[in-house]
Amino acid sequence: MNIHEYQAKEIFRNYGIPIPPGEVATTPEEAESITRKFGTTVVVKAQVHAGGRGKAGGVKLAKTPAEAKSIAAQILKLTIKGLPVQKVLVTPAADIASEAYVGIIVDRASKRPVVIASPAGGIDIEEVAAKTPDKILRHAVDPRYGLQMFEAMQAAFFLYSDIKHVRAAAKILQQLYRAFSENGGSLAEINPLVTTPAGEIVALDAKMVIDDNELDRRPDIAALRDVSAEDPSEVEAREASLTFIKLHGNVGCVVNGAGLAMATMDLVKYYGGEPANFLDIGGSSNPEKVIAALRIITEDSDVKAILFNIFGGITRTDDVANGIVTAIGQNPLKVPLVIRLTGTNEEIAVEILEEHGLSAMTDMDEAVKKAVALATGGKAK
Amino acid sequence: MSTFIDKSTRLLVQGITGRDGSFHTNQMIEYGTQVVAGVTPGKGGQKFEGTVPIFNTVAEAVTKTGANTTVIYVPPPFAADAMMEAADAGISFIVCITEGVPVLDMTRVYPFVKDRGSRLLGPNCPGLISPGQSKVGIIPGQICVPGPVGLVSRSGTLTYEVVYQMTRAKIGQTTCVGIGGDPINGTSFIDCLDAFEKDPETEAVVMIGEIGGTDEQEAARFVREKMKKPVVGFIAGQTAPPGRRMGHAGAIISGSAGTAAEKMQAFEDNGVGVAKRPIDVVDLLKRAMR
Repeated sequence: MNIHEYQAKEIFRNYGIPIPPGEVATTPEEAESITRKFGTTVVVKAQVHAGGRGKAGGVKLAKTPAEAKSIAAQILKLTIKGLPVQKVLVTPAADIASEAYVGIIVDRASKRPVVIASPAGGIDIEEVAAKTPDKILRHAVDPRYGLQMFEAMQAAFFLYSDIKHVRAAAKILQQLYRAFSENGGSLAEINPLVTTPAGEIVALDAKMVIDDNELDRRPDIAALRDVSAEDPSEVEAREASLTFIKLHGNVGCVVNGAGLAMATMDLVKYYGGEPANFLDIGGSSNPEKVIAALRIITEDSDVKAILFNIFGGITRTDDVANGIVTAIGQNPLKVPLVIRLTGTNEEIAVEILEEHGLSAMTDMDEAVKKAVALATGGKAK
Repeated sequence: MSTFIDKSTRLLVQGITGRDGSFHTNQMIEYGTQVVAGVTPGKGGQKFEGTVPIFNTVAEAVTKTGANTTVIYVPPPFAADAMMEAADAGISFIVCITEGVPVLDMTRVYPFVKDRGSRLLGPNCPGLISPGQSKVGIIPGQICVPGPVGLVSRSGTLTYEVVYQMTRAKIGQTTCVGIGGDPINGTSFIDCLDAFEKDPETEAVVMIGEIGGTDEQEAARFVREKMKKPVVGFIAGQTAPPGRRMGHAGAIISGSAGTAAEKMQAFEDNGVGVAKRPIDVVDLLKRAMR
């Protein structure tokens, strides 16, 4: 789960990380009055679950309350990577002497949380990593003991030479590690971590991603979810326990299992169509999920054909068939439907479908070809 | 021969009385797996289906039945503890089916299990099957037939799809292993490739990957450097869109975006046959084994 910058900053602040004050505005007028209160030049920052906000025009300086108002009005009209901006964070602008990067992520290769630090922070940090890898420090932490002071100091010496800066940064790294591990993070990041001309170190930005599997046991973190910042169809899918990602193709796909779902989308493309979505109904066989899946897909007017690809293992294909039949009974389809199913209780499933005038195929390639032909009004490649 | 499990495997089921645990225990028994014990705390002394003894703890089950392998179906909040309990009781092969284990839990489970010398498969995996001998987990037995091909996959249902297409083409399997799709898992592609290379019955290997991470690229290098047997690969997610990813750490740490194109190129560069569609796996295998 993604959380907003202002929410991540709140968590980081609770662990003692120095962060400039800031307030959230949802209207230009609020941005204006917050700026007046700060009485100084501010930065207005789009709060949206996407990277590259600055490059998309979502982060701007404002010298006066009136300017903050007009800039907030512009930013609140933006859509960044498909997501409309609905909130901005207004925060006093800082004087920056240097910019560093610090982050913590769970690393697949070492199977541990890894601290990443670079003295060359800022928006082009990925380029830094690619072109000058010696400017990046990576340190795997033993999660049974946490980030020890000597480890934090080693990383901090990589960033700074002034011992005062080093000690301050080491403390921040330990605080960041605790914020990460005690809140179920899969990523915690400060970019940039800046030194000010006054010699202080402060976090000007904050990012945190929470492992979805942690949310059940952390209701306070789960409550940070901002449903209004997500794609409505993705929200609806999650509430029905489906994994759904909207794309912009013509063949709607309903599949069980993420790997098979991706392979099905790949085949749609291979045969000349475009997948309209990724949708995984998961391993359980609740007909309600199928009903929800069909509802979400049919809301997309770009979809010209719907393809079911179900390989029954834990999923019982008769449950899927029942879901299809019920969903169509409630809300007849306006586009053609191609059903491929095989595996657990296949004979019963086929019987259910045939009783309702539907049919099922058993071969994946044939089913995809047929769906593509129906969606494009022509022949599959 | 087969890999990791065979006819002599003595299986314990953790969470044997749960909905999934009981259903799949029956399926495994029906397939011929020797299920020697179950564990459900508080139900010690009872019997599953009147035949399999249930114990309160794994340690007790191991002492009384000589179980050497376990399969875990307990819910996510208890899965980390179940894996560590099994390792601590001396179980040498631990298969965790449970989906939804927090990744930070796994950062602690993995070293715990490793320190005790056990092998972990999963979590969030379908388990494994050696057709005609034993199955541990949830892979449907009826789609597999014994034969000369070893299969390793990050996926669940996509594995079934490929196995099904192989079986329809009369290409059987020595062992099919699902390693699971979680960021931290106990057994890697390379572990399985190594086991297949050493297994005298396995003549060729299928590797099914997905987008994300660099495991497939590393596995491809292992194939070139350490393997003589032919390997065929498929990557799911060729059409997956670049996500609205936040943060930079992922790309910094792996130095890679983990795209399907990148992985397929790594296959190509290292002599792994590249299947563009699942069905192409069958043709590539036929050519490789001719």
